Amino acid sequence: MTGNRTDAGVDTGIERHEYDVVVIGAGGAGLRAAIAAHDAGARVAIVCKSLLGKAHTVMAEGGIAAAMGNLYADDNWRVHFRDTMRGGKMLNNWRMAQLHAQEAPERVLELEEWGALFDRTADGLISQRDFGGHRYARLAHVGDRTGLEMIRTLQQRAVDLDIDVFMEFTVTELFRDPSTGSGGTGGRISGAFGYWRETGRFVVFESPTVVLATGGIGKSYQVTSNSWEYTGDGHALAMRAGASLINMEFVQFHPTGMVWPPSVKGLLVTESVRGDGGVLKNAEGERFMFDYIPEFFKKETADTIEEAEGWYTDKKNHRRPPELLPRDEVARAINSEIKAGRGSPHGGVYLDIASRRSPDFIRRRLPSMYHQFKELADVDITQEPMEVGPTCHYVMGGVEVDADTEQSIVEGLYAAGEVAGGMHGSNRLGGNSLSDLLVFGRRAGHNAAYHSMRTKQRPTVSAEQVKAASAAALHPFEVEGGENPYTIQTDLQDVMQRLVGIIRTEAELRDSLAEIERLKERAKRLSVEGHRQYNPGWHLALDLANMLVVSECIAKAALERQESRGGHTRDDYPTPDDGWGALNLVLTLPSDSDSVDLKHQPLPVMPDDLKTLFEES
Amino acid sequence: MGYNLKMRVWRGDASGGELGDYNVAVEEGEVVLDAIHRLQATQAGDLAVRWNCKAGKCGSCSAEINGRPRLMCMTRLSDFDESETITVTPMRAFPVIRDLVTDVSYNYEKAKQLPAARLTPRDPDGKRRMKQEDVERGQEFRKCIECFLCQNTCHVVRDHEDNKQAFAGPRFFLRYAELDMHPLDTHDRRALAQEAAGIGMCNITKCCTEVCPEGIKITDNAIIPMKERVVDRKYDPVVWLGEKIFKRSDRGTRSEEHGPA
Ligand SMILES: Cc1cc2nc3c(=O)[nH]c(=O)nc-3n(C[C@H](O)[C@H](O)[C@H](O)COP(=O)(O)OP(=O)(O)OC[C@H]3O[C@@H](n4cnc5c(N)ncnc54)[C@H](O)[C@@H]3O)c2cc1C
Ligand code: SF4
Ligand code: SF4
Ligand code: FES
Repeated sequence: MTGNRTDAGVDTGIERHEYDVVVIGAGGAGLRAAIAAHDAGARVAIVCKSLLGKAHTVMAEGGIAAAMGNLYADDNWRVHFRDTMRGGKMLNNWRMAQLHAQEAPERVLELEEWGALFDRTADGLISQRDFGGHRYARLAHVGDRTGLEMIRTLQQRAVDLDIDVFMEFTVTELFRDPSTGSGGTGGRISGAFGYWRETGRFVVFESPTVVLATGGIGKSYQVTSNSWEYTGDGHALAMRAGASLINMEFVQFHPTGMVWPPSVKGLLVTESVRGDGGVLKNAEGERFMFDYIPEFFKKETADTIEEAEGWYTDKKNHRRPPELLPRDEVARAINSEIKAGRGSPHGGVYLDIASRRSPDFIRRRLPSMYHQFKELADVDITQEPMEVGPTCHYVMGGVEVDADTEQSIVEGLYAAGEVAGGMHGSNRLGGNSLSDLLVFGRRAGHNAAYHSMRTKQRPTVSAEQVKAASAAALHPFEVEGGENPYTIQTDLQDVMQRLVGIIRTEAELRDSLAEIERLKERAKRLSVEGHRQYNPGWHLALDLANMLVVSECIAKAALERQESRGGHTRDDYPTPDDGWGALNLVLTLPSDSDSVDLKHQPLPVMPDDLKTLFEES
Repeated sequence: MGYNLKMRVWRGDASGGELGDYNVAVEEGEVVLDAIHRLQATQAGDLAVRWNCKAGKCGSCSAEINGRPRLMCMTRLSDFDESETITVTPMRAFPVIRDLVTDVSYNYEKAKQLPAARLTPRDPDGKRRMKQEDVERGQEFRKCIECFLCQNTCHVVRDHEDNKQAFAGPRFFLRYAELDMHPLDTHDRRALAQEAAGIGMCNITKCCTEVCPEGIKITDNAIIPMKERVVDRKYDPVVWLGEKIFKRSDRGTRSEEHGPA
């Protein structure tokens, strides 16, 4: 199924489908989940907002982190686990970080099995590259288009297995059957509701399990590396269905986005540029990162240029250059340099690889960066430095799930990939997302399939539920002369960028919440032009509700957490605090309210044998 | 530095449509997709257009700009004179759904007909070994972002709807070639390439190569070598005998040629 079905008239009623597992999202996590569920014997549907193969995963550049030990035999899951926890400032769900480190290598080899062609080492194994926060060169990659290789491989595998795909299809609501299920009041998951973007026609999926793999939320910010798809749909769907979110205060600003021309502001410049030898300089030509090495990473970071230079060729006897500190550190440093007036002409800093590596090397290792700057900014990165600055990139926060099964607190509802929370703590290391998608996508798919098969009595979707969902989806057409959804979106992006950005304060966060309230009111009265057939204005009107609730979660949690840690920096509480470091902030949306609830919850405690990994060196 | 860009954009659906005239304020450094987005946000909220990455990586924003098949996100306004009117129309080889969005399901159907990779078993340590120079050819082809501009351009289908049945198109010849050149794959897809995918209908005009935004040498590096291998197979008596005697019609000689390292 492709979604390109103009035959289905809008008015000919509602289409219905029955599956064992419905996977929402066709990025790395969704595809891997669907493959796993299919392999476990389930009837599976994949749905996605864009065409198959266009999800965000396609844009990933640098690589997939997996301790395969192909270049450094000393690398193993324990080292990867330790790096991940330290990168997340110990706020990660330890069990997820452990599973991730243990299973990532096999997941990468599986991709190779299905046809992926990774770059090779001299002895023919999968090559691995350096990235910030990883002790060893660990990222399996294909030049700087690793995400393309990954999504194409999984897509081709899913097609080979003949899994049903509903593309250009948006899910707007999840259903629960109140007459079923243990515990919780709302009952188990019973299905999902959505529309074909092409025709506007409504569809009901009946399914005892749903896997959310919808990715992130970055479209709520003005400067972002994320596309129109990243409106936090999965986060919002989960909340409306009664699930909880954690870690929402942690938003990753990637240190290096393009800053010029305005048209490409925010577009990502891969961390591989630094992994492959690029350095950051301010307008005065200084390698300023040496001034920003935090206490937490002093032991493992080079403090002189000589030592940093030595590292590229001899990692045993040199510590890492400070340019390869975790992303939150580098983004804050760049932000400070710019604020101190040492920025580049277009409000960034310089990222220089031209003076450090040969044009040939640069073109071979970073072909798409070369292309991107040449085509979009008239800059030849083999000859001149790039201008870069922080860009909203990734959300660490997401649906709270059980580490082993990826099930949320709602029976039958699973989440994996960027939409799930816990794995990355307060800050994600580069390369750890693609591996996360594979490891937890597979686990979610498997577990959903088993759950589905164990279900004796399938939960059902009632006629009233369907009626309510259609009415909600059609609401924007009912208002006449209301506001344009694009304007509200732009205003929200402005609020989030200004008041809930890299550096936060109590006063600004309070303002942001008040602003978000006002935007919520305005959003109730928006109206859209045209009809239901492929109408981006209508699509945005529906997505906007999700962006608003997710933005509220971010602002609320950011206001609550009175410390600075990873992707959350408070000017008024500039240091980490042990008390806060033992807490997750959990957000829910009570069914009788349209504003989110927040509570504190102790972090799961790491067993002693794993704790010993943090005592050495 | 900003100026008012004159644009003509095709508006309509399967039942018909026409070029609409617009004036859009644009800024220095912008691309055609920026102008389309501004149009959408300020004058035509329901203008249908596909896009995702805005960086030439996802292959969503294909269209015809002044008649040339291109990615809207990689076409800079500075390529045109400020006084020039830019005309944007949907890809012509595929049925229109609405405005700039076309029904590209043909490509997804063709993808289904391709047998996937089936590799030789792993080495005893659970890993696989391939040389960098042996994977590079396939890597060139795997740069494909599935923008389908080559499919849109190829004259075999561009104006001949009825050829679509028998012809997979350049994007998929690329895929056949990629699998065929995979150092560890065990299938022989030459018969399929010829019979099911219709590689014989291609008369190497190279128009596909010219429009490929990834700069993949589709004709020289994929189609021509693939055509040669198809011809080899037809006249290779050993393959013919092997197939007759051992009935291994889905395996060729490649696994013998390139066993595991
Ligand atoms: C430019 C860039 C470079 C990156 N580089 C790296 C890297 O080198 N290494 C790394 O590890 N990570 C990297 N990342 C991060 C990583 O790519 C993403 O976090 C990851 O791909 C997310 O995958 P996912 O499967 O969770 O979601 P996605 O790939 O984003 O897929 C989400 C899917 O959900 C669908 N969807 C969403 N909402 C709905 C809805 N309402 N109804 C139906 N479908 C819906 C979408 O259509 C899409 O198919 C990068 C990110 C960016 C933006
Ligand atoms: S070279 Fe072949 S495939 Fe390419 S456009 Fe010409 S006829 Fe079509
Ligand atoms: S081969 Fe080139 S033109 Fe054809 S679909 Fe792929 S990227 Fe596009
Ligand atoms: S938007 Fe991705 S290629 Fe143009």
